[in-house]
Amino acid sequence: MRIVMNDIHKAFGANKVLQGVNFTLEPGEVHALMGENGAGKSTLMNILTGLHKRDQGSITIDGKEVHFKDSKEAEAAGIAFIRQELNIWPEMTVLENLFIGKELRNSFGVLKERKMKTLAKQVFNRLDISIPLDKKAGECSVGEQQMIEISKALMLDAEVIIMDEPTSALADKEIEKLFTVMKELTASGVSLVYISHRMEEIFEICDRITVMRDGVSVATSYIKDTSFEEIVKQMVGRELEDRYPARVPKYGKTVFEVKGLSRKGVFEDISFSVKEGEILGISGLMGAGRTEIMRAIFGLDPYDSGNIVMNGESVTIKSPADAADKRIAFVTEDRKDEGLILDYSIRDNIMLPNLKSFSSYGVIQTKDEKSFVQTMVKRLKVKTESEEKSVGDLSGGNQQKVVLAKWIGKQPKVLIMDEPTRGIDVGAKREIYQLMNELTDRGMAIIMISSDLPEILGMSDRILVIHEGKISGELMREEATQEKIMTFATGGNEK
Amino acid sequence: MKTNTLTSIWSKFASLLALILLVGVVTVLNPAFLEPANLMNLLRQISINGLIAFGMTFVILTGGIDLSVGSTLALTSALAAGMMVAGVDPILTIFIAVLIGAILGAVNGLFIAKGKMAPFIVTLATMTIYRGLTLLYTEGKPITGFGDSYAFQLFGKGYFLGIPVPAVTMIIVFVVLWFMLHKMSFGRKTYAIGGNEKAALISGIRVDRVKVMIYSISGMMAALAGMILTSRLGSAQPTAGQTYEMDAIAAVVIGGTSLAGGKGRIAGTFIGVLIIGILNNGMNLLGISAFYQQVVKGVVILIAVLLDRKRS
Repeated sequence: MRIVMNDIHKAFGANKVLQGVNFTLEPGEVHALMGENGAGKSTLMNILTGLHKRDQGSITIDGKEVHFKDSKEAEAAGIAFIRQELNIWPEMTVLENLFIGKELRNSFGVLKERKMKTLAKQVFNRLDISIPLDKKAGECSVGEQQMIEISKALMLDAEVIIMDEPTSALADKEIEKLFTVMKELTASGVSLVYISHRMEEIFEICDRITVMRDGVSVATSYIKDTSFEEIVKQMVGRELEDRYPARVPKYGKTVFEVKGLSRKGVFEDISFSVKEGEILGISGLMGAGRTEIMRAIFGLDPYDSGNIVMNGESVTIKSPADAADKRIAFVTEDRKDEGLILDYSIRDNIMLPNLKSFSSYGVIQTKDEKSFVQTMVKRLKVKTESEEKSVGDLSGGNQQKVVLAKWIGKQPKVLIMDEPTRGIDVGAKREIYQLMNELTDRGMAIIMISSDLPEILGMSDRILVIHEGKISGELMREEATQEKIMTFATGGNEK
Repeated sequence: MKTNTLTSIWSKFASLLALILLVGVVTVLNPAFLEPANLMNLLRQISINGLIAFGMTFVILTGGIDLSVGSTLALTSALAAGMMVAGVDPILTIFIAVLIGAILGAVNGLFIAKGKMAPFIVTLATMTIYRGLTLLYTEGKPITGFGDSYAFQLFGKGYFLGIPVPAVTMIIVFVVLWFMLHKMSFGRKTYAIGGNEKAALISGIRVDRVKVMIYSISGMMAALAGMILTSRLGSAQPTAGQTYEMDAIAAVVIGGTSLAGGKGRIAGTFIGVLIIGILNNGMNLLGISAFYQQVVKGVVILIAVLLDRKRS
């Protein structure tokens, strides 16, 4: 199936989201769609799959003009869209999920269980995956859930599958598996649209790339003919100096220590320390226990034994409020669910941890509050007309800046960041890196969990690797390489 | 953009428009409605539901619900009557009763916050428990014989500058709670919990503590309403306050507060209380049977929530 989208325009009210996009998808190719947040990638794909109507332009499939009224029609034509937020019913089994809304029934309305099982197994065999069909989908890993989505698409005889950030929540092994499956799909003539912010992956798996910027398709090129620098330039419209801004670390005294922290079945005997001005990177596979350790430190989860020491003194942290009082801050990996109140204004969100500082006898000092919020918005370069705008309307990068603003305003001693740049475009990423450098220059200690290996290598002064709930290795910046980290992360050093 | 501001104005003033419309209709049908005597009467009538609904607003803003308010009202009323019969000073009694209300509410809050139980279930259970305790304490009979304290009588029946004292109480409480909700960090925390409890917790807000305080406020409001009722009736009835939680929830919802939490205003609740009060008062003036009144109230709730759905 060959799709040609020509000169697509789309506006929401006065907001012109797409202003002339050209996009061609050849049969059997993996086509990367890249661009900063807000460049219009999702809107373009929503138009292709019938969720939005185009204002102008044409879409042809194998030469025939199409107008899909909704996603059902697009699906019937063989176009499936696997969104970032997976469509999974966690309480239902894998099999029920595969056939949801499309259950096979006999003429009495009774489900044809055996037939569905056979069909499911066929698809799983084709993709060479083995997930028990009677497992609850909610108990499957994110990677497995994605495989369920892909299988669903294949059972609809999809010839085009659009994947939005499919690897953002996957462990490295699962990414490998996904790529194997993708190759198998293209070999059988299925074409894939691959939306991602991860450059390495695009160079590994894609055949062609279309870069979008501000609602326009900037360029389409063959991956083998382009380069990382070239793509970034097309994306931001200017050249980015380094991906990771340089910095000369100045270390102060050890400000934060964890001694022998354990939680049964989750993590064991975790000991480490951070100095003022240091960025400590925490690497490891998804599910190794990295986030769980930080949640325990921050008082979100309990721990069985161990000690948390700040400035040489043992401290008790039983709740995030205790941690905040001790000037520990935590930027969680899930900013939409845990970091922000999406319906509320930028001001309200920034104020959340700072209410005490800006009230006397519980009464909020609105003047001080206002100037504080304005300063933070400016300092973090949050792009918005007003701090009264709700954060839900901001792009991912700007949302993340608001999360950072609310904590940085508290001037924490230790800043824990869990996947600080996940799902954020290159420009905003760099701004966040620069901010991290600025903060450490002023003596803040940063602990950064990241699944993005280049980011870990580019930003950390020291790297801890977690494997199955234990620290399996520690590497200084100079000696660290992707291979060494992966060896520790997979427990390879034990053999 | 323009349509956006229009919708936000509409959403802010929809309930106010409904109130004005209602006043207009009732006045046209019976001009006696606008007579000062009737308006004062109206204010006194709505004060009990008003107090309970103001407390309920905080609870619902956090995404919770408090079904136990009616029973809390009855239990504090009975205990207060018992105390006064035993010779405790009436003014002191009012304070103690409100304190007991706070404790009964805190019990709800503790089960909800620390026990991680659904507010609906917890307050459904305490609704039954508090009612049972009331019946045990009163042996199922009204408590009377404390009626000679002038101060206590004033609390439910008196006038202050021509305004019924219960109405004055309600208005003072409204101002205090409005200030807490919109000008103090406590209010911000209340909204934050309703908006996204996880984010509030991770931002260092002591969610459990705030919740316990909010259910305490709800209990206090029920007790205060109980004191007004006790004073007006001159007795404590073991069955007092039954279904009061429904009128309070209705007022909050008509006032535009979302049952999912995080969205709403206490001023809206005041309007909701007025709408319910005027419906009752107006239909009485028009001689409409109490049975019809129930049907009309239900229909108004449905329309209010339907409009709310439409605009969001």
